[in-house]
Amino acid sequence: MYGFTGKLLRVNLTDKTIKKEGLNPKDAREYLGARGLGTKIMMDEVDPKVDPLSPENKLIFLTGPLTGTFAASSGRYEVVAKAPLTGTIGASNSGGHFGPELKYAGYDGIIFEGKSEEPVYLYIKDDEVELRDAKHLWGKTVFETTDTLLEEVGEDAKIACIGPGGEKLVLFATVMNDRHRAAGRSGLGAVMGSKNLKAVTVEGSKSIEVAKPKEFLNICKSSRKSLKDHPVTGTGLPTYGTQILINILNESGGLPTRNWRDGGIFEHAEETSGETLTEKYLVKNKGCFGCNIGCGRITKISDGKFKSFGEGPEYEAGWSYGANCGVRNLAAISNANFICNELGIDPITMGATIACAMEMYEKGILTKKELGRELPFGDDEAIVEFTKMTGMREGFGDKLAMGSYRMAELYKHPELSMSVKKQEMPAYDGRVLQGMGLEYATSNRGGCHVRGYLTSPEILGIPAKLDPHVTTDKAAWLKTFQDLTAVVDSAGICLFTTFALGLPEISEMIRTGIGLDYTDEEILQMGERIWNLEKLFNLEAGITGKDDTLPSRLLKEPIPEGPAKGLVAQLDVMLKEYYELRGWDEESVPTIEKLEELAIK
Amino acid sequence: MISPEKCTGCRTCELICTFHRSEEFNPKLSAVSVMAFEEASVAVPIMCMQCEDPSCMKVCPVNAIDRANDGTVLINDEKCIGCKMCISACPLGNITYNPRARTLIKCDLCGGEPQCAEFCPSGAIQYKEATPTNLEKKRKMGTMFKEVFGEVGF
Repeated sequence: MYGFTGKLLRVNLTDKTIKKEGLNPKDAREYLGARGLGTKIMMDEVDPKVDPLSPENKLIFLTGPLTGTFAASSGRYEVVAKAPLTGTIGASNSGGHFGPELKYAGYDGIIFEGKSEEPVYLYIKDDEVELRDAKHLWGKTVFETTDTLLEEVGEDAKIACIGPGGEKLVLFATVMNDRHRAAGRSGLGAVMGSKNLKAVTVEGSKSIEVAKPKEFLNICKSSRKSLKDHPVTGTGLPTYGTQILINILNESGGLPTRNWRDGGIFEHAEETSGETLTEKYLVKNKGCFGCNIGCGRITKISDGKFKSFGEGPEYEAGWSYGANCGVRNLAAISNANFICNELGIDPITMGATIACAMEMYEKGILTKKELGRELPFGDDEAIVEFTKMTGMREGFGDKLAMGSYRMAELYKHPELSMSVKKQEMPAYDGRVLQGMGLEYATSNRGGCHVRGYLTSPEILGIPAKLDPHVTTDKAAWLKTFQDLTAVVDSAGICLFTTFALGLPEISEMIRTGIGLDYTDEEILQMGERIWNLEKLFNLEAGITGKDDTLPSRLLKEPIPEGPAKGLVAQLDVMLKEYYELRGWDEESVPTIEKLEELAIK
Repeated sequence: MISPEKCTGCRTCELICTFHRSEEFNPKLSAVSVMAFEEASVAVPIMCMQCEDPSCMKVCPVNAIDRANDGTVLINDEKCIGCKMCISACPLGNITYNPRARTLIKCDLCGGEPQCAEFCPSGAIQYKEATPTNLEKKRKMGTMFKEVFGEVGF
């Protein structure tokens, strides 16, 4: 098949063997690549009940068939493993340049097995693949590691690595690549750390070919034009980055404030917005590989106590440290975000965990003595300090490193953790955006916004405007969005393309790229197949329909102000409809008929 | 015309360059390369500048390199013997070698419609006559002086 390189690397870290094996074409036809294929490999090879941080878990880096091609925003690859934060299937994707380079080296992906006795990194230069000693890198930050490795293996290499967060098994550690890009959620960096694998370096000089060059070029050209002409991908994101959403969500009353307690309007939102970021701190835009949008921000805080330099923050990180912690100082928010990248931890969970600790402090559950300092909402120094301490697991940071659910549970107040399946929900209040509430409850990797981003229709009106406050049709919309997103993630392109592109364009890129005559419907069904397989993994891991829920705050405490005042998340009615549409029983188990229809097992 | 201040480092130019030349995606075979300098937040697309007085053309022992009427410096693959002297001679590093196809890689402006310029998302690569752009740059520089001296108020 075209698009793919047709080869996988299997690296056993226990006995240090490296095998090159063929990609299973049947699996690729049914699960595409990246997220879907990674889940299939996990299902075939790993017991879902495994301890995520044990050698029996596997860690898979996988590209998609469109990664590294002219398809719009094709810089993505996926990291797949059982996730330590949630205990679910973990799949996080990332942009930058690492994924395409892996394909240019001749590999669709890498399967890591076992655990190395001592720190190692994997060196790849085309056919040359070897495990190398990484003792000198252990303890180094993401930036230090990257710089050292570029000197060692050559400046043209692309690097993915973990920071101290992953080494110290912070449960929401990230896998970082190209310094600032993150496979960010659910703690896959900790899986890498548990295997004593510090980094992967890759350089390649091979070509990727597509099945129908002329047709492929045509659909890529028109897709790129659509992206350029679209107000979100052509203007909004390049001009203000994802932080543009701060003011938009605040106006809708859906910007969760102070650990979701104070409703969805943050009085200082403007000071933390993308507009302010652009005006005060933006150095320039940065694009991932092959990207038409270029939403990345290179930002610099030139002076003051938060003087720092890095990329971001993205909207959800800006929210977690900003509105969610009641912090109005964008310099501090940016600084904390940079530290997350440097130490290799997820800023969404980090900020949300600090916000949870802030509420616990306010309620007297956590004390100054225990924390080592005061921790009121709005404390800009605290977000920076506790982020550092968490990445290094120092002081109270050792408890924050468990994420908000386990930390709050330790003090017998798990209800103060704003999480689903132990992963923190980001930046969109499910009481205001009812569809997003359903998304959080049903996401296969716990509280997450990028499995079925209903914010797009509920707030932005893309592809059609839905009333965010009602539950009507949300289950059907969500199912379609989740299935389509599974396709996009598995193809190796960026989810942001879906603001401007729909199923027909994405399907055409896949068809002409790999050369199989799928219909649009068959491609969407592939997404449904992936979604169901993820669900099956979770069910076998012991994560059941009971876990498809929301924190009691969203279900019982009405939102206190704003356009949706008085509403709670009406999950029950949507969830029932959702299970029916999915062909699942009332305990969220896919029916035999559904599995047969999807040709699973 | 290259405007590094606009370049986002996305390397779309490298992708379309190799695809246009040989229907494959491979940045290592691209005639344009983006040099990114992370710490300085700078990315610069580097490609053949179609020199007025090309060293590659002068050094070629078989006269396989010529300047076309429109100023494009072109390599004639038929005449080329693959000695690679031009690679050594180019002071800018803008000629490379494709070991598989055994041909040289150098920007030929895609026959007058450079694809990198057409698809550059940020406008960092533009294809236009040199003179007016230089005036634009001069005007930009002049504006900076205006801002500095303007404050004095004559």
